[in-house]
Amino acid sequence: MTAAPRPRLRFADAARPALADTALRRDLRDGAAAVRARRAAAVAETPDWAELRAAGRALKDRTLLNLDACLERLERAVTAAGGTVHWAVGAAEAARTVARLAGGAAVAMPAAPVLEEIGAADALAAAGSTVHRTGADAEFPAVRTAVTGVDVMVAETGAMVLLEWAGDARRCLAVPDALITVAGIEQVVPDRADLEVLLRSLPRSAGERLTPAVSVWTGVAPGDGPAAFHLVLVDNGRTRALADEIGRAALRCVGCAACLDVCPVYERTGPGPYGAPPGGPIGAVRVPLQRGVGSAATASLPFASTLCGACADVCPVEIDIPEVLVHLRGEVVDARRGRPVPTPELAVMRAAAWTMGDPQRYEAALRGGVRWARLLSRGGRIRRLPGRFGAWTDARDLPAPPARSFRVWWRDRAGAR
Amino acid sequence: MRVALFVACYNDALFPATGRAVVRLLERLGHQVVFPAAQTCCGQMHWSTGYRAEAAALASGFAEVFSGGGFDAVVTPSASCAAAVRRDHARIFRAAGRDAPPLPPVHELTEFLVDVLGVTDVGASFPHRVAYHPTCHATRALGAGDRPLRLLRAVRSLELAEIPAADECCGFGGTFALKNADVSVALVADKVRHIRATAADVVCAVDNSCLAHIGGALSRLRSGVRVLHLADILAGPEDGA
Repeated sequence: MTAAPRPRLRFADAARPALADTALRRDLRDGAAAVRARRAAAVAETPDWAELRAAGRALKDRTLLNLDACLERLERAVTAAGGTVHWAVGAAEAARTVARLAGGAAVAMPAAPVLEEIGAADALAAAGSTVHRTGADAEFPAVRTAVTGVDVMVAETGAMVLLEWAGDARRCLAVPDALITVAGIEQVVPDRADLEVLLRSLPRSAGERLTPAVSVWTGVAPGDGPAAFHLVLVDNGRTRALADEIGRAALRCVGCAACLDVCPVYERTGPGPYGAPPGGPIGAVRVPLQRGVGSAATASLPFASTLCGACADVCPVEIDIPEVLVHLRGEVVDARRGRPVPTPELAVMRAAAWTMGDPQRYEAALRGGVRWARLLSRGGRIRRLPGRFGAWTDARDLPAPPARSFRVWWRDRAGAR
Repeated sequence: MRVALFVACYNDALFPATGRAVVRLLERLGHQVVFPAAQTCCGQMHWSTGYRAEAAALASGFAEVFSGGGFDAVVTPSASCAAAVRRDHARIFRAAGRDAPPLPPVHELTEFLVDVLGVTDVGASFPHRVAYHPTCHATRALGAGDRPLRLLRAVRSLELAEIPAADECCGFGGTFALKNADVSVALVADKVRHIRATAADVVCAVDNSCLAHIGGALSRLRSGVRVLHLADILAGPEDGA
C-alpha cells in the first residue's frame, strides 16, 4: 500500500488538538518569529526586491503558459545528457515508479516536499527498499541508490538545481548506481539564464542571503557519479490547477515557505490540520486545486484563513493567495448548490442577500433583528447567542445594538430640521 | 464637497454612533454629507465566503445607489468595505461575466481626510491612553499606512500606545470567526494580550468589525478596555453627551 498524505478531517476539527499543544505552539511561535526577522533583514538589504518579485512572477507565468513545450524540451535535454524521464499522472503512480526504479535496493532519501506528497517512503518500503532518511544514517556508505527532490529544473540543459541549508541531498548525489529525482511539472524554467532571478529571490524569501549548498546535476557522466539518472515528473493534479484561470497562479510557487512563516493561522496550528504538506496558505490552495473540493476535509481548506493578506505581501512570485482562497470558496459553495436539500449556510446566506437586496426589507429585518438582539442582551452585551452563532459567544461578547439604527437617526434628524 | 456616506450595514445596526461621528466630523470640516437611504450592503461577506451570485446582486445594488446623485466622493468608516468595493467588486463582476459599473471614488475615512482633504488635525481632544490596531484591510488591502496614526497624533491630550506585533490579524476574518472559531479565539487571545501590555484604556481602528471581535474578547474578560472607531475619537462628543 502506498500512502500519499491527504486531509481526512475538516480543518476546524483537526486544529483543535494542535491549538492545545503547548510545546507545539511555543515552537511555532518562536520559529516563525525568527524566520520572519531573518527574512525581513534579507529583503531589506535587497534594493531591487520589488523587481525580483515581478520578474519571478513573469518568469513563472511565461513558463506555465507554455508548460507542455517546456517539459518536452526538458525531456529532450535530460535524455541527451544520458538520463531517463518518467511521467506520472497521479501520486500513487509516481511513488510506484520510484519504487520500481529503486528495485528493492536500499536508498538514501533526504526529505523533500514532493516526496512527501507522493508518499515515496511507504512505496519504497513496500517494494522492499530500506529507506535512509538522511546522509547521517550509519549505513549510508553502503547505499548505492538515492531519491531526491529538486527546486528548479532547466529545460535548456536538463540541469537539476537544489538549494539546501544542511546539504543532505548534496551528499547523496554521488551514489554509484542510480540517482532518482522527483519533481512537480511546474518546477521547470525554460533557460539557464532564468536562474538569475530565482537563485536570488528564493534564499532571501526563505530568510537567508544565500543557501550554503547549491547543487546542480545533469544526466550521467561516465566514470563519475551515478551510472543512471532518472527524472520522475509528477502531475498529481497540477494540470487540473493549470486549467483554473485564477488558481493557476498558485503553480508559480517556488517552495520558499515565506507564506507559512507569516501566516497567523499556521503559526497557531502548524502543518498537521492541513492534512498534507506543506500546509499553510499555499497548502490551503494547492491541495484543493490539485485534488478538487469533493471531500469535506479538502473543501474546508480554503476557509482556513482570515484573508489577512500577509502571505500575498511576502510571496517572491506575487501569488495573491487570498484571491485564490476566495475563488476556491466560490467553487466549494457552487459545488454544494446542486444538493437537493440546501445547506443551512446556503439558506442563511440566500436569505441575507434577499433581505439586503431591498432597502425596505433590509430596514424591516434591521428593526426585528435589533429588537431580538436587545432581548438577548444584559448590561449592554450579549453573552450567549443561539445555534451556529454560539461559536462567537463561546469566548467573545457581542455589543447589544443600540435601539436606534443609523438610518433612523438620519431620518429623524432630517425631519427635525 | 458633496460626500455620500456609505455607513456599512453592520455600523448601521451595531455601531450607529460611528456613522453619526463621520457626519459630525465632515460637516464640521465644511462638507455636505448625504446618506443615500437605499444603501444596504456592499456584498463583502457573501463574496469572501464564496457566495458569488449573491455578492454580484449586492455589488450591483451598491453601484446603483452610489453612481447617481452627483457625489464628489463616497466615504465609508470601514476599511474592509472600502477594499471590497475598490478591489473585490471588479472581481465580483468579472466572475459574473459583467463589466463593473462606474462609481465615484470610494474612500475609507482616513484616506479621505488625509489624501483628499489634506487634513490631519481635525481639532479633536481625547484625554486617554489609546492603542491603534492597524486592521488587515486598512494596512494590506488599502495601504492606509500611517494615515490613521497621523490623525491620532494630532489629537490633543491623547497618549498614543504602540501594540506589539500590531500588524498581526486579530482573527476575525468575517465568517472565519464562526467556521474556525477555535483558531479565531487563539488569535484574539494573543491580540488581547498585546493590547493589555500597552496599558491602553482605549483601542481604536478603522474597522468596527475587527473592533467588535477584539472588543468582544476584552469585554468577556471584563478588562475595562474600551474599543472605539477612530471617527468617534476625531469627531468628539455628541451634543448632550
